Amino acid sequence: MTYLAKPKLHHPDLPQNRLGYTRRDYEGTVSTLCAGCGHDSISAAIIQAFFELAIPPHRVAKLSGIGCSSKTPTYFLGQSHGFNSVHGRMPSVLTGASLANRELVYLGVSGDGDSASIGLGQFAHAMRRGVNMVYIVENNGVYGLTKGQFSATADRGSKSKRGAVNTDSPIDLVGLALQLGASFVARSFSGDKAQLVPLIKAAVEHRGAAFIDVVSPCVAFNNHPGSTKSYDYVRAHNEAVNRLDFMPRRDEVTADYPPGSVVDVVMHDGSVMHLHKLAADYDPTDRVRAMNYLAERAARGEVVTGLLYVDARAEDLHYHLGTVDAPLNSLGERELCPGAAALREFNAALR
Amino acid sequence: MQPTDISHPDYFHKVVDCQWACPAHTPVPEYIRLVAQGRYGDAYMVNWKSNVFPGILGRTCDRPCEPACRRGRVEEGNGAKPEPVAICRLKRVAADYKEDIRPRLPQPAARNGKRVACIGAGPASLTVARDLAVLGYRVVVFDAAERPGGMIRSQIPRFRLPEEVIEEEVGYILGLGVEFRGGTWVPSMKALLDEGWDAVFVGTGAPRGRDLDIPGRKEAAANIHVGIDWLANVAFGHVTAIGRRVVVLGGGNTAMDCCRSAKRLGGEDVKVIVRSGFDEMKASPWEKEDAMHEGIPILNWLVPKAFTHAGGRLTGVTFERVKATHDSGGRRHLVPTGEPDQHFACDDVLVAVGQENAFTWIERDIGIEFDRWGMAKVDPLTLQSTHPRVFFGGDSALGPKNIIWAVAHGHEAAISIDRHCRGEDVADRPAPQASLVSQKMGIHEWSYDNQVATDARYRVPLRDLSRALADIRVEVELGFDRELGFAEAQRCLNCDVQTVFADRLCIECDACADICPMDCISFVANGEEAELRTRLRAPAKNRAQDLYVSGGLKTGRVMVKDEDVCLHCGLCAERCPTGAWDMQKFLLEMAQAGAPCRSRPAPRKAA
Ligand SMILES: Cc1cc2nc3c(=O)[nH]c(=O)nc-3n(C[C@H](O)[C@H](O)[C@H](O)COP(=O)(O)OP(=O)(O)OC[C@H]3O[C@@H](n4cnc5c(N)ncnc54)[C@H](O)[C@@H]3O)c2cc1C
Ligand SMILES: Cc1ncc(C[n+]2csc(CCOP(=O)(O)OP(=O)(O)O)c2C)c(N)n1
Ligand code: SF4
Ligand code: SF4
Ligand code: SF4
Ligand SMILES: [Mg+2]
Repeated sequence: MTYLAKPKLHHPDLPQNRLGYTRRDYEGTVSTLCAGCGHDSISAAIIQAFFELAIPPHRVAKLSGIGCSSKTPTYFLGQSHGFNSVHGRMPSVLTGASLANRELVYLGVSGDGDSASIGLGQFAHAMRRGVNMVYIVENNGVYGLTKGQFSATADRGSKSKRGAVNTDSPIDLVGLALQLGASFVARSFSGDKAQLVPLIKAAVEHRGAAFIDVVSPCVAFNNHPGSTKSYDYVRAHNEAVNRLDFMPRRDEVTADYPPGSVVDVVMHDGSVMHLHKLAADYDPTDRVRAMNYLAERAARGEVVTGLLYVDARAEDLHYHLGTVDAPLNSLGERELCPGAAALREFNAALR
Repeated sequence: MQPTDISHPDYFHKVVDCQWACPAHTPVPEYIRLVAQGRYGDAYMVNWKSNVFPGILGRTCDRPCEPACRRGRVEEGNGAKPEPVAICRLKRVAADYKEDIRPRLPQPAARNGKRVACIGAGPASLTVARDLAVLGYRVVVFDAAERPGGMIRSQIPRFRLPEEVIEEEVGYILGLGVEFRGGTWVPSMKALLDEGWDAVFVGTGAPRGRDLDIPGRKEAAANIHVGIDWLANVAFGHVTAIGRRVVVLGGGNTAMDCCRSAKRLGGEDVKVIVRSGFDEMKASPWEKEDAMHEGIPILNWLVPKAFTHAGGRLTGVTFERVKATHDSGGRRHLVPTGEPDQHFACDDVLVAVGQENAFTWIERDIGIEFDRWGMAKVDPLTLQSTHPRVFFGGDSALGPKNIIWAVAHGHEAAISIDRHCRGEDVADRPAPQASLVSQKMGIHEWSYDNQVATDARYRVPLRDLSRALADIRVEVELGFDRELGFAEAQRCLNCDVQTVFADRLCIECDACADICPMDCISFVANGEEAELRTRLRAPAKNRAQDLYVSGGLKTGRVMVKDEDVCLHCGLCAERCPTGAWDMQKFLLEMAQAGAPCRSRPAPRKAA
């Protein structure tokens, strides 16, 4: 960490987005995480993505649980709404917030401990209900904040900093998300912003539960030989199945690709994802084949990254529940208390 | 690109923009930090060693450092008007608040038996005298004027530079056992050489003011004055008044001194009239500002055609209105606009249209070769003429410049003279002293203040205008007080505290690139410079500023840092988990006469 606030000065040519904001306007206060922590890179990617999408910061709600990863919302989008919930409870608090005000962009930030240990149940239900959110797990294989115990995503056989071997089976959150019905599932690496930023942008524009598992080395407790979540290991075993270019609807599509190399996925709002195929046989719209592919590759020790699954036509929790279109805080007394006649009518319907 | 060779002293020297731009290469940020710490005496000595006249320069320097200062670039696009650090006026702060530094001046070594004559007692000669006297040379300085100082004394008006400051700083040099022979015009170089001096240094300046030969010049001569002669007469008290309406011709700094002096000697309606446009005037922006602040209008695009006169008395000047056009070769021409001529009535005219050298006293058959412009042929590095015993420096060497160039020449000429007198090759130059020292004190603690102040440049307080204009000997600028000096010093970015990168330690975590407020750092595939410059986090458009390129990293990429707008805030180093970045202070001091000759490294190819 540093004691100094990042100087307000910025590069003279720093670009502005459609709203007239620079990337710096999407920053938060200076990080207190360990120098070199992967989580800080993810924060930088989030800043970049929201800047590029030109989302007004005050239209975003960022929620998190407990952990180093869950601390990060303080370090980005300083002008947005934020809520640090209790350990593992981000999904339910976020679900409630989303139901109350459906007009905000919901960004849930969690850790592998927060989501795969204490919060596993919460994670599962947010996915299966299709809460309209971006769910980012900053996955370092350890409980960073409590000094490096193995988390539930640590690979069997991987070693702790002091040499202890993990004997438990790992939970693969990507596999779970696919199985539970998440409609956007991706994996990336904190050290690869070229891959991560477009994924976050696409996840924000996706309607429904969008899950991104971001491998994010813990420099203090899990960046040694024998770890499978270190910078070196992930770089050596990273198998990207595709690269994404995200084209918000309003931008002209200018890119020109050789035929067959790109799959275009049109999203519900008309945005387009250009997926550059890296693994020729990978089809990110086929959930069952995706699950098989991931299982095969995981068995070989590969870390498969990229956009792994997307259902661009998915519907979200609000749709399923048939909730009112307007956020609750915009409803007046008349809508909320329609009066005795309406109550009588309602009760009659139940008789 | 090849990995950057940071072991070459030029690399980090260039990053210290101010020091690189300073002809004498004064370690600017080093003294600014000392000013901030209230160590004025130390700050003064850093300057004294390098530029010899801190108190004088702190009021009058042409400050080539300031346009170069990184702060000016850093503030671009960040709100208020971008401005460099007030480097020059901070030098004055050191001079104003220092303790008695006389005990810290060097003691001359025992006499070495060599004799050196310096002709002219301007800053160039005085620098040579100081550097050589300390080594034991017997130095005699001749000047036609009674008092030493050259144009510092005869031209620069007292309202910009008080007498005491000149006395003090010239005194430090004469105090080293330098002999001054005032009121002594040297009429013949040949005769002087025949006296058997081991070396002769010519520091005679560019003493002749250019005249303006247009109709009416002779008839109205009584009220037409050549600017630099008139200023000298003012400085020495021979002239104490001028007419009510004054026209000053010319757009350089001499014109600015003329008009401001006239305003103080009875000129009520004083105007400066210039051939060229306002922005192309030779005068420094701050000199123009000062003149206008004193109520002196500057009129542009007017070419003088004739002096008008009646009954042998000047009545005014007629001008033709012109505009600039550019020919196919891009050269600028002034062409008449066709509008009617303009006449300005006045009582006196001051002509400040340039200066020239005059070497009437140097015989042309004694081995000193001259070029077709009447300038002696001088090696720009060694300052030796074609006569091995004769060296030039200051305005007499390469044409009129300024004090700091005269000082820089003086140092180089002193090195040459010393080497010449010891029978060493003059062309072999001693290398500068450079050191690079880590500033790390703790995890996020540095031995320099790495917090970047966002304050805008502070204005130097001025004396009340009516008081200032009432007396030509009253200094206009009051100078920064200690508090303002501190606040201004905090604006310095410490560009000498360098970001030093160790390839083998980097794990490519991106922490430095993410924290850098100025987007200086990129991890990218290597490439040719021109193309690489377009692929960085922020395109590196300022080609005058280098890219710092690492060797190959684990992923095969390289680290590229654009030096252009780095704040030297050290956040990259604070965020680096492995210490791949370190903040290291680069201190470069130019060699001075007497330095052992380790040959200077070959100059780097221009980037
Ligand atoms: C009006 C005016 C204002 C200026 N203001 C500034 C300013 O604010 N800042 C700045 O940096 N520069 C300024 N300059 C320029 C600066 O004064 C000169 O560049 C500088 O003084 C040159 O120094 P020098 O050592 O080459 O010689 P000079 O200072 O010119 O000194 C030469 C000396 O040699 C003497 N001399 C000449 N020939 C002989 C001889 N044959 N025998 C004996 N003595 C001789 C002359 O009497 C003179 O004293 C100004 C110049 C002018 C004209
Ligand atoms: C209810 C509860 N149980 C336990 C803890 C202790 N605790 C704090 S953070 C943490 C684990 C965090 O791990 P992870 O979510 O992976 O975050 P990281 O620090 O690794 O980013 C635990 C167990 C707690 N704060 N609250
Ligand atoms: S900021 Fe300070 S060190 Fe940097 S160029 Fe300006 S004066 Fe020199
Ligand atoms: S010192 Fe480092 S972090 Fe600060 S501006 Fe320079 S490169 Fe960026
Ligand atoms: S912070 Fe250090 S280790 Fe990380 S990328 Fe920068 S130089 Fe390399
Ligand atoms: Mg964790």
